[in-house]
Amino acid sequence: MGDKRIKVVVAKPGLDGHDRGAKVVALALKEAGMEVIYTGLHQSVDSIVNTAIQEDADVLGLSVMTGGHVHICKEVVEKLSAEGASDIKVAVGGVIPSRDIPTLKDLGVAGVFPGGTPIDEAVAWIQATVN
Amino acid sequence: MSDVARYVQNEKGEVTSVTYPSGIEVKAVYGPEDLERIGFDYEQDLGAPGTYPFTRNNFPLGYRSREWTTRQYAGFGTPKETNERWHMLLSAGQTGLNVAFDLPTQMGLDSDDPRAAGEVGRVGMAIDSLRDFEIAFEGIDMHRVGTGLTINAVASIMMAMYEAVAEKYGFDTGKISCTPQNDIIKEVLGRGAWIYDLDSAVRLIGDTIEYAITAQPRTYPTSICGYHIRESGANSAQEMAYAFLIANTYIDEVVKRGYDAKDFAGRISYNLNIYGNLWEQVAKFRAGRKVWARNLKERYGVEKRSDLMLKGLFAGGGSGLMKAEPENNIMRGAFYGLAAALSGAQSTALCSFDEAYSIPSPRAALLSLRTLQIIMDEVGLRDTVDPLAGSYFIETITKEMEEKILGEMKEIEDRGGMLENVKNGYVGRKLSRQAYEWEIGIERGELIKVGVNKYATAREEEVELHEYNESWQDTQIANLKEVRRTRDDKQVAERLKALTDVARSGKNVMSALKDACLAYCTVGEMSDVFLEVFGPYKEPNVV
Repeated sequence: MGDKRIKVVVAKPGLDGHDRGAKVVALALKEAGMEVIYTGLHQSVDSIVNTAIQEDADVLGLSVMTGGHVHICKEVVEKLSAEGASDIKVAVGGVIPSRDIPTLKDLGVAGVFPGGTPIDEAVAWIQATVN
Repeated sequence: MSDVARYVQNEKGEVTSVTYPSGIEVKAVYGPEDLERIGFDYEQDLGAPGTYPFTRNNFPLGYRSREWTTRQYAGFGTPKETNERWHMLLSAGQTGLNVAFDLPTQMGLDSDDPRAAGEVGRVGMAIDSLRDFEIAFEGIDMHRVGTGLTINAVASIMMAMYEAVAEKYGFDTGKISCTPQNDIIKEVLGRGAWIYDLDSAVRLIGDTIEYAITAQPRTYPTSICGYHIRESGANSAQEMAYAFLIANTYIDEVVKRGYDAKDFAGRISYNLNIYGNLWEQVAKFRAGRKVWARNLKERYGVEKRSDLMLKGLFAGGGSGLMKAEPENNIMRGAFYGLAAALSGAQSTALCSFDEAYSIPSPRAALLSLRTLQIIMDEVGLRDTVDPLAGSYFIETITKEMEEKILGEMKEIEDRGGMLENVKNGYVGRKLSRQAYEWEIGIERGELIKVGVNKYATAREEEVELHEYNESWQDTQIANLKEVRRTRDDKQVAERLKALTDVARSGKNVMSALKDACLAYCTVGEMSDVFLEVFGPYKEPNVV
């Protein structure tokens, strides 16, 4: 790792409140020595992007369980770009069928972690992507 | 830890220690000396099935007198699609309904609210007004079929709307039965569909319970969800302990209005979780029936036999199911169903094997129902009540589970009670930490999941997915606009004003809600009244 502590915003966009996954990931990233800001529930895309920018996050991790991941990721990536903050890497986890992964990558989502991904894999990905 | 058990093996591969997630240590062999050690007393600890404290079963003859109710969770798209799925499940032999609502409805938003975009009809059925309930319940015999309404923050609205639709279809509202989930405290701990300030939200639950006493005597106004608390990371003892403490919070809310707990305690039901170790689950339900009966009798002076029973849905949990090799979940579901039957579940359901991928496909939903039917009809679970009773092992761990549940209850009560420890984030932090440890346990191979961290293969899975139809949102919004266009605007304004007044006054909101439903006020309009009067809930940081 570099000398700067990696900073990750973990966010739950939209109306869904199934936050076990988001909390588990947030705790795992903390255990790995990263600084983690968890947004809490029911966040709008605007407020998530603003938090990521204000916190100067390295990575913005989204947790989506409802099937709305493509729609939400598209909005987040576009909004980050509009704010000139495309350097913040976007990752998404949750209930994500494998057929959607290429679509998400094409939208500019850097990391896709469907349910069942080992946590260590997500941690290692962030470390490799940021450094 | 919240799954199967921790196994320690010696160098020869023999299992030398087994510890259940609730902390119960399991011995290799049990015998009469164990019953002596725990002070086992048949009358005190068990009693005959159907008698206090109901450890063995709520009813003397168990499934001989009545099979369990199968209640698969279903609902998606517009009310029309949901109505069709319900008729399919009922004609396949399902005996009750369990309604899934979409997220905008659960969050008190109309389908045309910008925050609802992309979510209308996605994870459940969209309900905007009484018109939608009229479509959803068309052709359903509301005297015969009871309905679970899986909704919490706006459960009061849905309970009022259920009564309104029954009235419109000519059913006697004294004979209808719904079970709104209506447990906002667990919603804060897991699942997260909260809206209003927590104290006010608890008051609304008090209103529904109070109202049901006279207006809907066959309704179960709240279904306490240990289920979601366990899904959030609780072990089995915590699941039961927290559920009982939450129930007591709602009971206290109504008792302080001058009612006696015996007027309504029998209408409280539960939604509890089954996954993980079979024996621990059986012990949990047997001990749970006993702890709940004692709690009602000793703490609240409830005496009537039927009021003291722990009633509800014991359902297969999603957390035990895995994404890898999804067909394995069919087998897991069958064993969770077996645990439910061995525990004397009155009502049951299973998650479908494809739920890690999407909303269940019709094939997967039917398979879950068939699994439960096979358990009841083909392998002998109706033969005799509480078949594991008298087992040295089961009776010992049932007693130990009882002590664990009481211990978890005491811990929270000593810290100032459930509501306080949910508000300050204590319980939430505990659950997140345990959920994290569970994941790590799987990754380290300490908790075994076949096909995941033992005997795993790397093959890709093809699962037939339930498709979300984008046109449902347009249809639903068009229907909503039509309702807004054709209703009596003056009446809508008057009834929303009346609802605001009664919400502010602190009096019971239910009659005003029903009047508002009958005037086709929308869910969003009614929910906004509450949001304005009560203010939003602010969640504590739990990670």
